[in-house]
Amino acid sequence: MAEVLVLVDHLDGSVRKTTTELLTIARRLGEPSAVFLGAGLDNALETLGRFGAEKVYVVADAEIDGYLIATKTDALLTVVAQASPSAILITSTSEGKEIAARASIRLGSGIITDASDVDENGIATQSAFAASYIIGSKVTHGTPIITVKPNATAPIENLTTPAVVQVSVEYGALSTSARITDVAPRAKSGRPDLTEAAIVVSGGRGVGGAEGFTVIEALADALGAAVGASRAAADAGWYPHAFQVGQTGKTVSPQLYIANGISGAIQHRAGMQTSKTIVAVNKDSEAPIFELADFGVVGDLFAVVPQLTEEIGKRKG
Amino acid sequence: MKIVVLVKHVPDAAGDRSFAADTTTDRAAVDGRLSELDEYAVEQALQVVEKSGEGEITYLTMGPEAASEALRKALSMGGDAGVHVVDEAIHGSDAIATSLVLAAAISKLEPDLVICGMASTDGTMSVVPAMLSERLGITGLTLAASVAIEGGQVTIRRDSDEASTTITASLPALVSVTDQTGEARYPSFKGIMAAKKKPVETWSLADLGIEPAVVGLGAAWSVVDSIVKRPPRQAGTVIPDGGDGGVQLADFLSSGKFI
Ligand SMILES: Cc1cc2nc3c(=O)[nH]c(=O)nc-3n(C[C@H](O)[C@H](O)[C@H](O)COP(=O)(O)OP(=O)(O)OC[C@H]3O[C@@H](n4cnc5c(N)ncnc54)[C@H](O)[C@@H]3O)c2cc1C
Ligand SMILES: Nc1ncnc2c1ncn2[C@@H]1O[C@H](COP(=O)(O)O)[C@@H](O)[C@H]1O
Repeated sequence: MAEVLVLVDHLDGSVRKTTTELLTIARRLGEPSAVFLGAGLDNALETLGRFGAEKVYVVADAEIDGYLIATKTDALLTVVAQASPSAILITSTSEGKEIAARASIRLGSGIITDASDVDENGIATQSAFAASYIIGSKVTHGTPIITVKPNATAPIENLTTPAVVQVSVEYGALSTSARITDVAPRAKSGRPDLTEAAIVVSGGRGVGGAEGFTVIEALADALGAAVGASRAAADAGWYPHAFQVGQTGKTVSPQLYIANGISGAIQHRAGMQTSKTIVAVNKDSEAPIFELADFGVVGDLFAVVPQLTEEIGKRKG
Repeated sequence: MKIVVLVKHVPDAAGDRSFAADTTTDRAAVDGRLSELDEYAVEQALQVVEKSGEGEITYLTMGPEAASEALRKALSMGGDAGVHVVDEAIHGSDAIATSLVLAAAISKLEPDLVICGMASTDGTMSVVPAMLSERLGITGLTLAASVAIEGGQVTIRRDSDEASTTITASLPALVSVTDQTGEARYPSFKGIMAAKKKPVETWSLADLGIEPAVVGLGAAWSVVDSIVKRPPRQAGTVIPDGGDGGVQLADFLSSGKFI
């Protein structure tokens, strides 16, 4: 059976859940091999083996983290030349999509981005036009390169002891042509990752200001949820842009999405429309968000949300 | 300095967008417009020229006849000239073929700097800029939240969840910009009038030396297997808050086992 490469998405070796989803999908298509770039392999190996990676290709060169995305493309393509995979799966982050785009040109391969699932025939499911259409498509030329969104499938364990293969890479001049001159790390919230979270609690312009977000955060914490924001709230500086949900922010597909003080513009819907259950709190009964909501409360979020948070506390005892 | 800005003409997201029988985006069903996300690219190009006091901006679009409207809109905001690549054979091109055509057109224009939007609002793949960097063999700095040009160098800020990173490269380079770079200006009346007189050239595939057979729907490296309209979400329960809205919401969440 041919290998299917999964590019590991990790932070210092802590493997993101999306990678375990990709390994699960890879098993439908062939023999899963992980491609691990950067530092932290020791932390990652157990997880990769638990989710069925037969091999782990490793590139730990300083070039990986010392430059922008193109060096990762060099590394991935070196592995591709060695493994001759039948498909390449990458997480649909902005970095993942860029690696996929660069690889598709260098390999002469077709590419599908933002798949919400991939079946055993290699048919990828995608959403189009702000999630109003569901498209099935397939790469017909070269080695299929598919970027897959978080929460695509339930990860299934399949214990293996992966063979570790060190790979040596020659980096192209183009890949090392841009210099990183400064890195300012961002503060961590301690909450679940927005794109992976089972529950997302979001606030929009109706939250009225940065202070208003404490109400949103309190509800999120009561539910163990991630916090999201509309672009109006992010642009106003009330909540960091990294938490924006929508066309130019994150796409989320949680079990439960709670929109507070968000009108439900098409660009916002594009990022949350595929959530399993949608709840809205908005004082305007005409707000388009109610067209999507499984349950909506027409009212002031500053009355409804704290009451809900308190009630959750009571019920959890 | 020569700047090329890529602008795409897209079906307005406010309309009821759909697919044509041949599985391509139906570009006739809904009014088209200059992609909002490319307006940010136009704005950054104009600011680069305003700050340095020199530079020439050419807008480049690939698309059917109506795509020239995107050029006019951009020209009404400022800039100097437009190039419209239009050819029957291009219809249905995937991102791979789109980047092939755009790369050929950019090579012909020999710019120092290429600026793209972060993603097209119809295809939303966000891959064309990186593909162009590969095809042109020039440094590609994508998803810039800010852009500065100085002394033959371009510096951008790129924000990820983990960090905000500053990156510098020598020109020639390609940059794609996000909506974090700052709102685009509105065209003034004077700008709209001036745009009518700015030169717009039309190029065909032959002008770019590209064989028609390598682009278009037939040459796409992926095929659409099915298109299904997502069933509209079932209308749920909407209640007015009579003082116990939060409690009722908790009941709903309990029934769904979220609490
Ligand atoms: C190219 C492009 C990309 C975009 N990308 C995104 C994106 O990624 N994400 C995104 O979100 N938007 C995006 N937008 C913007 C989008 O069009 C909307 O402008 C935005 O989503 C509106 O945010 P909002 O719902 O918070 O604000 P508004 O539309 O102003 O809605 C605020 C809502 O809050 C309600 N409200 C006010 N006070 C209260 C209260 N006390 N209690 C309860 N309800 C209250 C109001 O009734 C109203 O419905 C994009 C736009 C463009 C053009
Ligand atoms: N047909 C086109 N004409 C001009 N520019 C385009 C075209 N397609 C894509 N682009 C540019 O590439 C960016 C990313 O597009 P995409 O990869 O399709 O999401 C857009 O914001 C445009 O700047």
